[in-house]
Amino acid sequence: MQYLLMIYRDEAAMLAANKETVDRTIAAYAAYTEAMKKAGVYIGANRLRPTTSATTVRNSAGKTNVSDGPFAETKEQLGGYYLIEAPDTDAALSWAARCPGASQGAIEVRPVWTA
Amino acid sequence: MIARGNPSANLAGPPPRNGALEEVHESIERVARDSYGRLVAFLAARSRDVAAAEDALADAFRAALEAWPRSGLPESPEAWLLVAARRRMIDGARRARVHADAMPTLLAAADEAADLAGSAVAFPDERLKLLFICAHPAIDAAARTPLMLQVVLGLDAARIASAFLVRPATMGQRLSRAKAKIRDAGIGFELPEAAELPSREDAVLEAIYAAYGSGWDDVAGADPRRSGLSTEAIELGRLLLRLMPGDPEVQGLLALMLYCESRRDARRTADGEFVPLSEQDPSCWAMAMITEAEQTLRAAGRANRVGRFQLEAAIQSAHAQRALAGRTDWQSIALLYEGLVSLAPTIGALVGRAAAIAEARDVATGWALLQAIPNEAIETYQPYWALAAHLLKRAGRGAEAADAYTRAIGLCEDPAIRDFLMRQAGR
Repeated sequence: MQYLLMIYRDEAAMLAANKETVDRTIAAYAAYTEAMKKAGVYIGANRLRPTTSATTVRNSAGKTNVSDGPFAETKEQLGGYYLIEAPDTDAALSWAARCPGASQGAIEVRPVWTA
Repeated sequence: MIARGNPSANLAGPPPRNGALEEVHESIERVARDSYGRLVAFLAARSRDVAAAEDALADAFRAALEAWPRSGLPESPEAWLLVAARRRMIDGARRARVHADAMPTLLAAADEAADLAGSAVAFPDERLKLLFICAHPAIDAAARTPLMLQVVLGLDAARIASAFLVRPATMGQRLSRAKAKIRDAGIGFELPEAAELPSREDAVLEAIYAAYGSGWDDVAGADPRRSGLSTEAIELGRLLLRLMPGDPEVQGLLALMLYCESRRDARRTADGEFVPLSEQDPSCWAMAMITEAEQTLRAAGRANRVGRFQLEAAIQSAHAQRALAGRTDWQSIALLYEGLVSLAPTIGALVGRAAAIAEARDVATGWALLQAIPNEAIETYQPYWALAAHLLKRAGRGAEAADAYTRAIGLCEDPAIRDFLMRQAGR
């Protein structure tokens, strides 16, 4: 079963963090990714640019609306994701708990529709 | 004598004065805390239906919240709740949740409850049977600890789910399934026969220890993340010891949990940084708890029946000796681990032995033991990688140590331990 681990955290706080904190976070994520690869659960992952770079497109009633910013204004923003292969939800939640982002914000775990 | 079916008839004393509402709520909470398991056990032992007993009791508590503030605390709150609960259970049974042939039993139980409620005699404590049922071989091993926490202590599914990293909805389903199994498989509310008592007792002990948390599998010595349930686990341990007085393995388990608990505050600096056991300041250990653990473990030894939990407690006792001796006796600890591995070769015990041997003898011997652990067992077992990194670093094998540190850091759930390992790895 595939799961998407979506990493939500306070973007403003992240952008304001000093270099040392940023370096430590990057190192922690690198170790997390490596542990996932070694355990054979890793499928893919990406870090997203800040929501200020987001554009939201919507077609409604034959009219296209393009707006600056993310789809929804929230206190914590999607900052990246991991796509993993795990035997069940319990295992996926264990991986979510190990994510460095779990102690900085929250990880939303969603099973992927597969045919 | 009380009026059947009218719990409020058992009320004593004048209505509470204004502002005493809080007091009543506190009393209800206290009764719930002290008696919940006893009441569930009494009702379930007679109806053989744990879920129905819990539902009936929940209704009774709701009725108490309404009635007690108006009419004051009953003389015997437990008896009041029993009478209220039995009425609901009979209603439930009439609505055919229970097989027709269970009706006579249930009615007899209801009469018994009513009689007990009217007398000053305490109703029988059936919690030992309930603990054994929760850890019954027919119950899925993963559901046993959650079942105990819910049925005996009244914890809600969401809290249990968080402690075990499971979806709350899934935990709710697992608990319901386990209770349905008890009812439908007709699992008896009897104590195990002498022949199967040891293995059944092990299952009860293991379920309680699982509630204490995985923290002490951790060689580095601490994971307070699951601290939420350690108090409850110790409570279950104390309860089991009251119900099985003098049992050496129950004493061993209680001592083990108390030793671990005594170090809780020493595991973090004031800034929240992780402190491994070897660097903890013994003056930060809770000495009263260590003293109680020592007494309990000594009492266990008098039975002359060594078991897994007594050995685990003895290992923690040896660590606690540092408070007096000023040094850790790794020779004794290594020996105790040898005994533990021969009795219960869990992954935690195997990693613990490797760590102890590395200290007692040399790094190479400890490393060899660590490497002998089967690969599939250690894939996601963080303490293995933390110890591997530590031993490789001490052996001067820098590149391999760096790889092991990466995995130990990547498998960390606790940010304080993650930071500690990153400092150790020089990252």
